[in-house]
Amino acid sequence: MTSAVSVQDLTKSYGNQVAVSHATFAVPHGSVCGFVGPNGSGKTTTIRMLLGLISPTGGTGTVLGSSISEPENYLPRVGALIEGPAFYPALSGRENLNVLATLGKFPKDRVDQLLETVGLADRANSKFKTYSLGMKQRLGIAAALLPDPQLLILDEPTNGLDPSGIHEVRTLLGDLAQSGTTVFVSSHLLSEIEMICDSLVMLREGRVIFSGATHELLAAQQPLIIARPENARDLEALGQVVESLQKSFKVVDGALEIMAPTQWAASLNRAAFESGITLAELQTQLPTLEETFFDMTEGAS
Amino acid sequence: MIAVLRAELRKLRRPTLFLPTLLAASGLTALTTALLYLLIDSPDGNGREGMKVTAERLSAPDGLVFGFQSAATLLGVIALCVFAAQTAQEYTYGTLRNILVRQPSRMKVLGGKYLAMSLFAVLIVAVSAAVSFALAFGLAGGAKVSTVLWTSADGRQATLNALVNVTVATIGFGTFGMILGLLLRSPISSIAIGVIWILIVENLLTAVVNGIDKYLPGQLLTSVSTGGSISFDGTQVMSYKYGLAGSALYVLGGAILVSILFKRRDVAN
Repeated sequence: MTSAVSVQDLTKSYGNQVAVSHATFAVPHGSVCGFVGPNGSGKTTTIRMLLGLISPTGGTGTVLGSSISEPENYLPRVGALIEGPAFYPALSGRENLNVLATLGKFPKDRVDQLLETVGLADRANSKFKTYSLGMKQRLGIAAALLPDPQLLILDEPTNGLDPSGIHEVRTLLGDLAQSGTTVFVSSHLLSEIEMICDSLVMLREGRVIFSGATHELLAAQQPLIIARPENARDLEALGQVVESLQKSFKVVDGALEIMAPTQWAASLNRAAFESGITLAELQTQLPTLEETFFDMTEGAS
Repeated sequence: MIAVLRAELRKLRRPTLFLPTLLAASGLTALTTALLYLLIDSPDGNGREGMKVTAERLSAPDGLVFGFQSAATLLGVIALCVFAAQTAQEYTYGTLRNILVRQPSRMKVLGGKYLAMSLFAVLIVAVSAAVSFALAFGLAGGAKVSTVLWTSADGRQATLNALVNVTVATIGFGTFGMILGLLLRSPISSIAIGVIWILIVENLLTAVVNGIDKYLPGQLLTSVSTGGSISFDGTQVMSYKYGLAGSALYVLGGAILVSILFKRRDVAN
């Protein structure tokens, strides 16, 4: 699969302060790629470099096949929402989109169509300054969709949206990916990222600490085994069994939590049975993206 | 660049900017013109800085444009505010990033914005001139000012010259505002510094340091708008050509500086 975005050693520093350091990653064509990292990890700086707003101090990259040093070659095919929606407060939502449609030479009927898509048709003629945070965010998404983009770059698109708005954005991104649009989305809602993204770029302190398929990242993590004895009085004895198998554990809500490979659950079950302990519950859980994120970025945020 | 120009015109015609600006500009010009005729016999004078402009002077071929030209600096200050605000607000609202994603050529963005605001400045001047001229014709009879020479060939030429000069000066003041807007990236700071400089600092410096007006951008532009500066006793202080050349130096120098800055500066807000 070719890449919609590909960067090698991309670096941005401000004097001695390094915002992004030797970032190397690729976003596959037609994928929904999550871009995650703690605040200040360099996500927005990277996005701005991809959009030609900030000049890199080092490294190279391509977007939709063109070098990032020539953004005019690819930006007409890119839609972007960067660091929240920014519009003219005294203009209506429709007028704000018209300004951008005029700039990009997009057809006028596209504006009405997008206002309908993001659910703002009823308030299209109200001034932007009267919009709620969620409505502003919807307008930002509409603006990003104006060029009918091949690549959509969204920085925190669900910020300020209520649960139904988040669900709509998730559906919208899924539909766009199905139609072949590549989506590169940064968000702090890791559960959302886990649900919608098939690939992931993770940053910490300006460095890429993971780039690849989301399922590969999660599969590489140690699962959590939860073992609950039928009789609560056996909890301590069960803990001794776990220790005899060279594993450590935590007691949570009357059960033991043990970080171990999935296959190890059978060994535990056997050892518990041999010790006369009946297990009422024995399950393995893969860590969520959120848990993995905290593990990988621990101490950074 | 045409797309940027059209997009900028969309912003400029918003009701909160378009009508109030035109009303302010034409209102100030109307006030200046009206005072010129209504106070014609006042011992305290009827022109700028207490200058006495007689009925005989106003009956000359260029008498029609006297009131209009007297308001030129005020029109310039209005243009300065509009250019500065329209430029700097892109930074404070964060809208510059949207613009540059849709039009990555920064020089086209700058050029299109400048053209659109210059067109708006032309409209400000045209409407203000129309109001001033209508008032002058209306008030001339009561002030015993003859309008015969105003419509003569010389009068028409003087009117045309005044329109061109005031337009050039107004756009010059606007350019000064745009330069400040790009440098300071804040509407309030750029307007405050621009207005304070033009209306207060320059006038103080001119009053205190003899001959310094020849080096001050606001004074140079004012002299362009009036076709050269004349002192109270009627002697020429600054020629039109000198004013034009000096203004052009300031405007071009500033424009080149901010163009380089705008092209190279990261858009990080």
